[in-house]
Amino acid sequence: MQRTDRDALVRRAVSLMNDGVCDRVLAWRRGEFSSDVSPGVFTDTESVEKELVRNFFCGANLSKYLISETEKTEKKVLIFLRPCDSYSFNRLLSEHKFNREKVYAVAVGCDGTADIGKLKRKCGALSDIKRRGDKIIAESLYETNEENEENEENEANGAERVFDLEDVLSERCLSCNLKNRADCDEIISDGGRDAVSERFFEVRRIENMSSEERYEFWRGEFSRCIRCNACRDVCPACTCEKCVFSNPSSGVENKAAANSFEESMFHIIRAFHVAGRCTDCGECSRVCPQSIPLHLLNRKLIKDINILYGEYKSGESVSQISPLNSWTENDADPSEVAELLERSRSK
Amino acid sequence: MQDKQINGYRPKIAAFCCNWCSYAGADLAGGNRLSYPCDVKIIRVPCSCRVDPIFVLRAFRRGADGVIICGCHPGDCHYTSGNYHTRRRMSLLFSFLDYLGIERERMRVEWVSASEGAKFAAVMNDFVSEISKLGENRRLEDVRCKEQTETRLSEER
Repeated sequence: MQRTDRDALVRRAVSLMNDGVCDRVLAWRRGEFSSDVSPGVFTDTESVEKELVRNFFCGANLSKYLISETEKTEKKVLIFLRPCDSYSFNRLLSEHKFNREKVYAVAVGCDGTADIGKLKRKCGALSDIKRRGDKIIAESLYETNEENEENEENEANGAERVFDLEDVLSERCLSCNLKNRADCDEIISDGGRDAVSERFFEVRRIENMSSEERYEFWRGEFSRCIRCNACRDVCPACTCEKCVFSNPSSGVENKAAANSFEESMFHIIRAFHVAGRCTDCGECSRVCPQSIPLHLLNRKLIKDINILYGEYKSGESVSQISPLNSWTENDADPSEVAELLERSRSK
Repeated sequence: MQDKQINGYRPKIAAFCCNWCSYAGADLAGGNRLSYPCDVKIIRVPCSCRVDPIFVLRAFRRGADGVIICGCHPGDCHYTSGNYHTRRRMSLLFSFLDYLGIERERMRVEWVSASEGAKFAAVMNDFVSEISKLGENRRLEDVRCKEQTETRLSEER
């Protein structure tokens, strides 16, 4: 189902654990259905053999777990890095968030991850998903789905639905053309997908709205926010030990139903705190229980940085300097920025 | 004081002024008896780069209609590079807030040196008249803060 199947990962993990190199494995853990894969820390070979999976639902970026896991062991932690994860890995490393000596990094290629929300909207409760060539076969728990009656070719299969791979992939995978950038100890396979959509397409769509429309759009999105803080907790760039949102006197600690202000404040600050460090891994949008397109906030900042301060991809190397930590004498003045961005848009 | 009142509305402006240039510039404006609207509330900061984006948002939250950050001219920073950082940071913040639908005109960065009292007064006059035209900040305010401020004001009266 992926270019490297689970058996290859399991074999490697088990042999490294038996050799005594690693005693912890960071990988993806099977859930009750094939669609509810969660990130997992494995500490014995038995559970690796039983529970480790590698399929289209392995969405989690594992890098952030290195911060806590490397502290818990004397040996090394084995981590499987997909191309997009390698950027977060580099970023965390350049911020000295974990000790590289205590990590055994293995590069694995990736054919994209499915957007479970998209699939569930299309076919209700999922029981399983398989790949046949370029097609994705989704098995639903229910016989039919009323919303999709027009899809007649599937009626013969009963609960089976056929999709193009691109219809079910998460948005970040559609514009991904990343290669593994981390200095890995070992490479099982490399490479990711080739981009089929332009990364800043959605950002540009929002930019082209009027100010009023943009405000209404984001107010609508933010009003769904339940302030679960999942986007903050999962973000591999959010690694402060003390967070402003955990501070009761910040005034933005808790959700209140008064108006949408708190949510906007939270999301503005969250996005701005990772500006220049965000690797665009898309985890914030993936974990959002309310499907708020949070990556569009980060991408706006990335896009502006690229235009104003030169092409920059956070996490490309460990030694890079964030554009917000540096400056040049000829930077644009804040009063000219609107015009500059406008000009680049019309190009 | 020059009266910029339009239909009984007076904007609330938070002006972050760096200690070394702009605050002295404001002082000079006063010393020279140059008038600028009293709607501008000056907050002294050690350097314009002391202004965290949270400060700007907090000002809006608590009812400011416009926020202006004044610092030394690029190259003249007392701490060598503070205002260069401000320049990048605020460029991105303003553009980002614009992306969320908050009017870009409500935020400004200006470079005012200690000798530019006249510029300080001119900038503030211009900014206040622009904000007066825009009207109240409704998109980033927090109504709860508003109630607090208004009760406090009426109690003071």
